[in-house]
Amino acid sequence: MRRRSFALFAAGIIAVQVATGLTGSDFLLTQLTMAAWYGLVVVGLCLLMGYAGQISLGHAAFFAIGGYTTAVLSTVNLLPVKTAPVITALAAVGLTVGGTDAWGSEVLRLSPWLSLVAAVTVSALVAYGIGMPVLRLRGHYLAMATLGFGIIVYRLALGTPLLGGADGLSDTPPFPLFAGLALDGSRAHRLFSYYFSWATVLAVMFLLVNLIGSRAGRALRAIHGNEAAAGAMGIDTSRYKLHLFALSAVIAAVAGVFMTHYTGGIGPAETSVMKSIRYVAIVAVGGMADLWGALIAGTILNFLSLRGFFGTYDDAVFGAVLIAVMLFAPSGIVRKRKL
Amino acid sequence: MSLLEVNNLSKSFGGLRAVREVTFDVEEGTIHGIIGPNGAGKTTLFNCIAGSIRPLSGGTILFNGRPIHHLPPHRVAACGIARTFQTIKLFSRMTVLENVMVGCHTQSRGSLLSGMLSLPKARKAERSIRAAAMDHLAAAGIADLAAADAQQLSFGQQRSVELARALALRPRLLLLDEPASGLTMHETDRIGELIVRIRDSGITVLVVEHDMSLMMTICDTITALSFGSRIAQGTPREVQSHPEVIRVYLGVE
Repeated sequence: MRRRSFALFAAGIIAVQVATGLTGSDFLLTQLTMAAWYGLVVVGLCLLMGYAGQISLGHAAFFAIGGYTTAVLSTVNLLPVKTAPVITALAAVGLTVGGTDAWGSEVLRLSPWLSLVAAVTVSALVAYGIGMPVLRLRGHYLAMATLGFGIIVYRLALGTPLLGGADGLSDTPPFPLFAGLALDGSRAHRLFSYYFSWATVLAVMFLLVNLIGSRAGRALRAIHGNEAAAGAMGIDTSRYKLHLFALSAVIAAVAGVFMTHYTGGIGPAETSVMKSIRYVAIVAVGGMADLWGALIAGTILNFLSLRGFFGTYDDAVFGAVLIAVMLFAPSGIVRKRKL
Repeated sequence: MSLLEVNNLSKSFGGLRAVREVTFDVEEGTIHGIIGPNGAGKTTLFNCIAGSIRPLSGGTILFNGRPIHHLPPHRVAACGIARTFQTIKLFSRMTVLENVMVGCHTQSRGSLLSGMLSLPKARKAERSIRAAAMDHLAAAGIADLAAADAQQLSFGQQRSVELARALALRPRLLLLDEPASGLTMHETDRIGELIVRIRDSGITVLVVEHDMSLMMTICDTITALSFGSRIAQGTPREVQSHPEVIRVYLGVE
């Protein structure tokens, strides 16, 4: 069954690409690629909410921490300090990138690979730092605490000149991958970026599906099922919750990094509370404890949103979706939940 | 040395002294009962041993000679103490088999990372956990329920699952909190036989229970509590005829 889900989803990814190619609408691949990265945030949140039963109303903050970290680090011009030993050492191992910026001046920059590592590190540190105090809380209290965290990160992004304030940061370089190919928004790399993004999502899905079926995954589900009993079975509930919170934060941060290099920048809207609520709404549509459901719901809803189907009522639509799901289909609408 | 030594254990909640300087030992290989009227502090005492009430107001608890009164529940479980709950606490959204597999947690290894990568070692561990859990289900006579949703079972069946799950920890000491409450007379007899079989298999049992005839039948030693204090201890016969016990149960002078 597990293999069939992966094969079906992979076939769907190829079928959509072929269909857009045949109908001459391959411009749609841009939004489908972006939907992949948002989908990645959603599956990480689904693991946290649906399987371990811990809500986060601040997950957009981790996406933004990833995006802003890479946007800051990968746009610093190192030319003035290019003779410094650290820089020459990085250059020697290929971790700097030469090129020209948007105005045509020559620049020397850190490789996005370095900023990816930094983004993962920063998001994990923040997740452990914020998770240690707030994961003691349960239910509404945890929701409110994570909401507060999301608001703080939003205001920091908006108010910090280094992060570009209301304009955010732009001019991030392409993310170099392999064989001269890179993840970016250019037409030349559109097909490659699409497949790379979805392959990454499937790779993460593979890890998470494995996790759920393992001893550690069962411990997480037990915490959701009954925390007191889980403790009595010898499960260190606070440690598991904390590690899982950090894992889902890192997944969101990785999505933020790639999205930022794909779209060429990031703005404070990505950190907003409405984004966090949107992720929660999508997990609910998918059926809470259903990774595939969350991924499918996330892909469809984000694609429609990115194509502008909901117009200026974008956020209102997600609010309405949340109400409707809670009222009429609390176990999700993508498919029937299996035990 | 006794397997479990409770010394001068006290626990107050605000002004309420729920357990007052209670002392008793549980000998290895016995069934040790704790009785007392409602509000005597039985469940508080029980939760102090299991780690779900921390910190204590005073006293010590030694298990196998090592202090455990400062340990959280998961560390107490790791020492080899398993428990059941007065109100059944099964894992919802999980099958009966999965519930018992969680009980194997302390008997197995495997981190988040090895689970994600599904390393051969993790897959092998998973197979042995599944086999062990099936054995525990079979021993409890509920192997046919393995695939059922734990929450959909009858009350008596849920109690059996909880017991199988506790035994999956391979404990040296099993704590049973009112194992017969809510059961029919027939089911109570069955659980009594089961507890005796558990003891005979080498597991020490500490049991809190209201059903006097069950306790008098199965226990080797009984400690009686009233208003948080120990009022009597001994064999069932001794405790049954102890004047203080008769007084608190029957209210006669």
